[in-house]
Amino acid sequence: MTTLTLTHTRFHVLETVRVPMALIGSVFFPAASMLFFVVPFGANDGVAATYATASMATFAIMTSNLFGYGVGVSADRALPWDSYSRTLPAGPGPRFAGRILTGSVMTVASLLPVVLIAALLTDATTTVAGLALGTGAALVAAVPFTLMGLAIGYGMPMKAALAVSQILFFPLAFLGGLMSSPTEAPAFVQTVAPYLPTRGAAELMWAAVTDHSPNPTALLMLGVWTVALAALAVLAYRRDEGRRFR
Amino acid sequence: MTQGINPGEPPETVAQVRNVTRRFGGTVALHGVDLAVGAGEVVGLLGPNGAGKSTLLNLLVGLRRPTSGTVELFGGSPLEPASRRLIGVTPQETGLAPTLRVGECVDYVARHYPNPLPRSEVLARFGLEKLARRQTGGLSGGQQRRLAVALAFVGRPRLVFLDEPTTGLDVEIRHVLWDAIRDFHAEGGTVLLTSHYLDEVEALAQRAVVIDNGRILADDSVDAIRALVGVHRVSLTAATLPPLPNVVATSESDGRIDVLTTDSDELVRALVRSGVAFRDLTTRPTTLEEAFLHITTAASPAVPAASPADRPLTGANA
Repeated sequence: MTTLTLTHTRFHVLETVRVPMALIGSVFFPAASMLFFVVPFGANDGVAATYATASMATFAIMTSNLFGYGVGVSADRALPWDSYSRTLPAGPGPRFAGRILTGSVMTVASLLPVVLIAALLTDATTTVAGLALGTGAALVAAVPFTLMGLAIGYGMPMKAALAVSQILFFPLAFLGGLMSSPTEAPAFVQTVAPYLPTRGAAELMWAAVTDHSPNPTALLMLGVWTVALAALAVLAYRRDEGRRFR
Repeated sequence: MTQGINPGEPPETVAQVRNVTRRFGGTVALHGVDLAVGAGEVVGLLGPNGAGKSTLLNLLVGLRRPTSGTVELFGGSPLEPASRRLIGVTPQETGLAPTLRVGECVDYVARHYPNPLPRSEVLARFGLEKLARRQTGGLSGGQQRRLAVALAFVGRPRLVFLDEPTTGLDVEIRHVLWDAIRDFHAEGGTVLLTSHYLDEVEALAQRAVVIDNGRILADDSVDAIRALVGVHRVSLTAATLPPLPNVVATSESDGRIDVLTTDSDELVRALVRSGVAFRDLTTRPTTLEEAFLHITTAASPAVPAASPADRPLTGANA
């Protein structure tokens, strides 16, 4: 990692944390969901609480990446500061790496309260190995949503990016089965969930922290989504480069 | 701050544009443009909005590629970060990161260069010391503009690009920036600046390049351009005109005679002394916009002008 990457990461993080609303979007929402939907209902059932915590962690990963990149990138693109930064003697590498690292920092920030609330206020349990595996699963699960956010951020102007992110996140969470336990979701959710990236991500998280055996269709579809979203993100990035910087 | 010029040798070319055409879809923003900027020059790029100034600057700082032709900075491509290590650029008017503090903006830029100016020196030069801890979003327009111009000098550049550096600023702040630009030039630095204001180019530059419709219409010393632009338009109704001094061009439409002159006072005195009958005499300075129009129509006489008053002037020598 170069010092320029660190510089870009540092200033990206600074810019992000100085706008408290950006933090609220990614930190408060998953934490509040834990308090409202998990703590009152699953507090005395360790297994259910563990599943629900993993679901909320997936939810946090999705929202922080979808909004962080989707809205963040499109807002930056509208600023002359972004163009100015491109005239500084650095290639696109450090800027892009800095952005991804900043996104990771924000994702971790959004996960911490979820894990803390689960540990302190519910009977959710996992082993040290489970926690380590869960961290790894969270990193993998973040990839498709990072790409989804980048595709939106580079593909749309800010207002559209905000609307699309808002329209996407709830159906993705609900239809992916994040709002219900793996077996007790409504029938239509059970039917569509495996085809959504949220379910594949949740299956990974569940498998990491419990003895859940993941649904192969959901995992396969997670791979398909990741490849498709990567293609979309690259396409959006290239189109943006072509439109603004050719 | 920068390397001096060796007297006796022709100055090194620091920025070169060769036969560059740049299209955006169906429109041609630049049309076969050639421009060379030598070390130590201060060049003013003049032109109305949409003339192609910004496109030309964007090509030079590596934000865009030419459709055809070549652009070079210090002999290398502006698209290469290494070529950009010797240049400084200003963000556009309100283009600062609003949540960063003034000192942080300077640090952020400084880290991209091998040997940047110390933060305190940058802030002192542009009168920003007391604002170092302020977020840029909370600065006044003039303060933001000073910081934006300051950022161009952070990396000890040899060539700076200043896009409308003082547009919308009050006189005092304007002169702070002008002094900083003059100091940089005195130390051997090269400047390419765009401006709407002729007086800004007159105050800072030795050479002016007039651009419109994507073509360079005039590229000459500021004195020569000013001689062309610093004219008055005297309009009157008369049957004939005697020979008059300081006339740049004369045209006639609907019985009115328009005379472009470099000295309207002397022209009117001569007219009165000649005893020729005339009426409804008016005189007004040509605006910069008129000067552009004047240069444009002179450059391409086939283009019809918008109104009778702006009809191509016979004998105009652009």
